[in-house]
Amino acid sequence: MRLDGKATLLGDDIDTDVIFPGRYLAVLDPRDQSRHLFEPLGELLRQRAIAGALLVAGWNFGCGSSREHAVTAMIGGGIRLVVARSFARIYFRNAINNGLAVVSCSAAVDLISEGDQVEVDLARGQVWTPRGEVAFEPLPPELLRILAAGGLWASRQKTGEAA
Amino acid sequence: MNQQTMAEKIMSRLAARPVRAGEFVELGPDWTFSLDDGIGLVDRYFRLHGIDRLAAPDKIAVFYDHFAPADTPQHAMVQRLGRQLCERFGIRRLHDVGAGISHQIAVETGLVKPGQMVTNTDSHTLTVGAVGAIGCGIGVAEMAWLWAYGQLWFQVPSSQRIALEGRLAPGVSAKDLVLSVICRLSVRGAQYSSVEYHGPALATLSIAERMTLCNMGVEMGAKFAVVPGDQVTRAHYAGLGIEVGEMPSPDSGAHYAEEHRFDLGGIEPMVSAPSKVDNVHPVSSKAGVQIHQAFIGTCTNGRFEDFEIAARVLAGRRVAEGVRLVVTPASREVYLRAIQSGALQTLIEAGATVTTPGCGACAGLHQGVLAADEVCISSSSRNFIGRMGNRDASIYLASPATVAASALAGRISDPREVLAGSGAFSIVNTSALPR
Repeated sequence: MRLDGKATLLGDDIDTDVIFPGRYLAVLDPRDQSRHLFEPLGELLRQRAIAGALLVAGWNFGCGSSREHAVTAMIGGGIRLVVARSFARIYFRNAINNGLAVVSCSAAVDLISEGDQVEVDLARGQVWTPRGEVAFEPLPPELLRILAAGGLWASRQKTGEAA
Repeated sequence: MNQQTMAEKIMSRLAARPVRAGEFVELGPDWTFSLDDGIGLVDRYFRLHGIDRLAAPDKIAVFYDHFAPADTPQHAMVQRLGRQLCERFGIRRLHDVGAGISHQIAVETGLVKPGQMVTNTDSHTLTVGAVGAIGCGIGVAEMAWLWAYGQLWFQVPSSQRIALEGRLAPGVSAKDLVLSVICRLSVRGAQYSSVEYHGPALATLSIAERMTLCNMGVEMGAKFAVVPGDQVTRAHYAGLGIEVGEMPSPDSGAHYAEEHRFDLGGIEPMVSAPSKVDNVHPVSSKAGVQIHQAFIGTCTNGRFEDFEIAARVLAGRRVAEGVRLVVTPASREVYLRAIQSGALQTLIEAGATVTTPGCGACAGLHQGVLAADEVCISSSSRNFIGRMGNRDASIYLASPATVAASALAGRISDPREVLAGSGAFSIVNTSALPR
């Protein structure tokens, strides 16, 4: 599974209130949710993130609330991949189970600058950046299967089984 | 036989085989809770995928706490969808508007028992660790999946052991303790971990205080935070007329990735300053910061004991001119007890506004949203940018006593000064148990 995008850089400890404010929790459609993505950080960032389809962040990305809107709003806007030094655990789960690719790789984050074209092979565990390539530990096969199918519910449709 | 931590022991029972930290397992948790802020999505997943039966309706409870009563037509519709879903699928445990916060109800009614595993679409589910259970937040897609199929993947976390010694000084609370822990470990110091609390000081900490301690484990990235069951736990269930059997405890040779030690006697009132939870300082170093709103409530500190101490600070006094004091009981039970004890009357006489039991102003949804450039001191657990509904407002986190003392002064204040002046120390009973 290969993905690529143009990097939008974010810092450490980006929390879910900043990714998707709580007052829009009743917005259920991912495309509608994407209109509120990163609202506290401003419309320009939202547009850049969606145009590039790739976020690159520091430690503890997605900390805070369990709201999966913080994942599905990205998917609704067309963001396919987040590369970070580390992820908060609920965000990580929500990403896998909703089909947003997440790569924990600090060495890759060190190499990436704003606007860089970056490519990732999830199964192989490889990131290519303009400043070189880096390996990372791929996800366990079961999680890769869910991610590649597009999330937990999509994986059931594809395999016809209730894991 | 492997020597197991609390997390390994409880997850082994559910996986029906011995499991170790780091392993991925499929299991069905004892409880699968969902809330008004996620129930609309559960309904959406069920409709999209044609789900017409549930794996285990008896493991389900639904709580309306995030925006109850509804403040927008959209929130009202989501709550309506949820009621219809409960009806359609025979879900009996719907705690509707006014009942209170899921974690509070789960503990105060004895629904969750020692040794159980709870999943809930709420990041503060670690709170149930106060009664020797393990709890973690998950997303709604996976909660809908659990409701439909009963099993889901989890990773068994490694564990950290935090030993507590000594005793909290008068005017210092479990909130000051947990802020001190977060200060040392940082907002990612327990990432993916199960935090186990141990040590002689636990005998001095009530279930309410343990709830505060476990609740904020997620603010250091933890998956679980747990106090193994003891005499305090047993007394809690005995008070509810519930018999609990053997309560799991970790094996003496269990492996801990990290160990930390805290002396409670050395802890002073603390505040977490904007806008990261580990930006923790002694109250004295932030004293004098002007505030506009003071908020006492939430799953972190909206319990009976919290309103009691706030009432002691504010008894016979008025909050400062220009300060709004918003008080939100964590549950209907808390609300009633605080009425019966007179604590709420004292707070209302001091100028407080009391709102419906639930999450209240914490998540920026209603009942105390902030204006630009305003400062709020709150007994809640998050001071992120925009958390209380305005990206240009500032939030300081502190104990209920500190929030009350700050409301009184109109600026951040050390509660010990007020409490000492009122002679209230003599009646502060830190071992008071929830009924």
